Amino acid sequence: MSRIGEVCRHVRSKNAGPFWITVDLFFDGTATFQRYRNSPVLGPELFARLYGTDPRHVKRVPVDSLHMIKISYPRPKPQGWAGERDMHGGQQFARLLDVEID
Amino acid sequence: MTQQETPQSEIIVLVPTGMLGGGFKREHIQYGIARGAHAIAVDSGSTDSGPSYLARGVSKMNRESIKRDLEILMDEAAKAKIPLLVGTCGTAGTDSGVDWTRDIAVEVAGILGIKPKIACLYSEQRPVDLVAKNQQGKITPLPPLGPVTDEVLESCEHIVALMGPEPYIAALEAGADIVLGGRTTDTAVLAAVPLLMGAGVAQSWHSSKVAECGGQCTVNPRNGGVLMRVGREAFEIEPLDLNNQCTPESVSAHMLYESSDPYKLTEPGGVLDVTHADYQSRDSRVTRVVGSTWQPMPYTMKLEGARCGDFQTIMFIGIEDPAVLANLNEFQHNLEQFLIDRIRTTFVEEAPSFDLSLRFYGWNGTSGQPVPANTPPPRDVGVMFVVTAATQDLANRMAKACNPYFFHMPWRRGIEMPSYAFPFSPAEIPRGQVYEFLLNHVVHTTDGFELVRTEWVDLAKKAEALEYV
Repeated sequence: MSRIGEVCRHVRSKNAGPFWITVDLFFDGTATFQRYRNSPVLGPELFARLYGTDPRHVKRVPVDSLHMIKISYPRPKPQGWAGERDMHGGQQFARLLDVEID
Repeated sequence: MTQQETPQSEIIVLVPTGMLGGGFKREHIQYGIARGAHAIAVDSGSTDSGPSYLARGVSKMNRESIKRDLEILMDEAAKAKIPLLVGTCGTAGTDSGVDWTRDIAVEVAGILGIKPKIACLYSEQRPVDLVAKNQQGKITPLPPLGPVTDEVLESCEHIVALMGPEPYIAALEAGADIVLGGRTTDTAVLAAVPLLMGAGVAQSWHSSKVAECGGQCTVNPRNGGVLMRVGREAFEIEPLDLNNQCTPESVSAHMLYESSDPYKLTEPGGVLDVTHADYQSRDSRVTRVVGSTWQPMPYTMKLEGARCGDFQTIMFIGIEDPAVLANLNEFQHNLEQFLIDRIRTTFVEEAPSFDLSLRFYGWNGTSGQPVPANTPPPRDVGVMFVVTAATQDLANRMAKACNPYFFHMPWRRGIEMPSYAFPFSPAEIPRGQVYEFLLNHVVHTTDGFELVRTEWVDLAKKAEALEYV
């Protein structure tokens, strides 16, 4: 049983404009990256469940040269709305770390 | 500065920092100029910090920081006789942000004893003009938003269109020493000089994307900005500090930063595609990049708009009582229900709409998500009370109504009344207005100039110099 926080050497999140959050998962080496590159666990449903986003808009792009996967999802409400808790989205990655990836 | 008959082999742009006002060392600027920089270009804005700056048309950065950075850049640029370009002045790039930055630049010119010719580029839009564009079908949405209504356009306090490089290029061709731009794409202000001087189009855009945040594409982002050296087929990125490095990884990884697609970047008039870009070390400090491409597209400018919303009042307490900390979920639930009831029963006649939120920092304040079972109690939590209502006065009154209960709520019935740790008096803090981003759309234009206005301040002309002093 491995968690995302264990198979990645670095996970980060950031706003990508006022309407999107982008998450970068940097895997720990080639073998680990290849193992999870197409993992169904990292699908749109995970982001819908964790962040309340619309799964139809979740974008996933692997970057082979950097052993990383970029996943971007729309914020349920635009940046800075009355209930905002993370203006830059920089802490959104944290709830991914404990997700079991296999 | 004019278009080159025979393009120089490499066009060099000095990018001192990712954000004007962020600070940098004069020696880094002098290093870049000694390396042959043809121009200094820097971004001065962002939507990163939220909608307040656009809705109010004010700068996030303080005046002193902008003045300090401009003083160094204007001094070194004037001595080297190279132009200085600033994009997205005043954080949001509203007309007021350009004027604010212009006034600082004029003051700095006086201090330095220089008389630059300054071009000011304005790209703020009147809602009425955009309503007309919308009715012509020339405003289209970007995901996740749908088509914009005229009412939404009219409700915005400020709307800006993101400029491409064309107005900067035109200003330089007309003899500008300094160009101060309103809202501009982060890349366009950096790409303007390479494009003007005949560098490769894809190379100009890609190098600008890499350098847009200054030292962010280096191994040590806190150690100075970068130089872009842009050729016809390749470009190089070099740090301004001798002890810093641009490696293939640090340079290629920057395409990931704050963008939802790591390979394609839509800009006014085209799309940069770096899918087949190749990043190689030229030496220990410099990375060389080839293989990016540029696909010209019909001209579009992205729109950003923000409006004013409701008002918030906040209060804050600290809790170290172990009995409360051992029952945080229940306490949080009970406190929230009690305070909502308190507002409802106290404001019966007004029956206003409001939102109340309690954020337990040290427990789940950042996410607001349920805490996993069996999580050990923290040592200390800070509880932020946030009430949102239609006016500041109403939000203040609601906070006052909640104050004694927020301060003294026992964690269970029948115990002595506790007092939690308020750090301030008065306890309630009028936080101000909530602002909202509304637009994620593009406007289709005939070219890069249709929605842009250029004005000049030529300090060599005595009358204009007097007007702005």
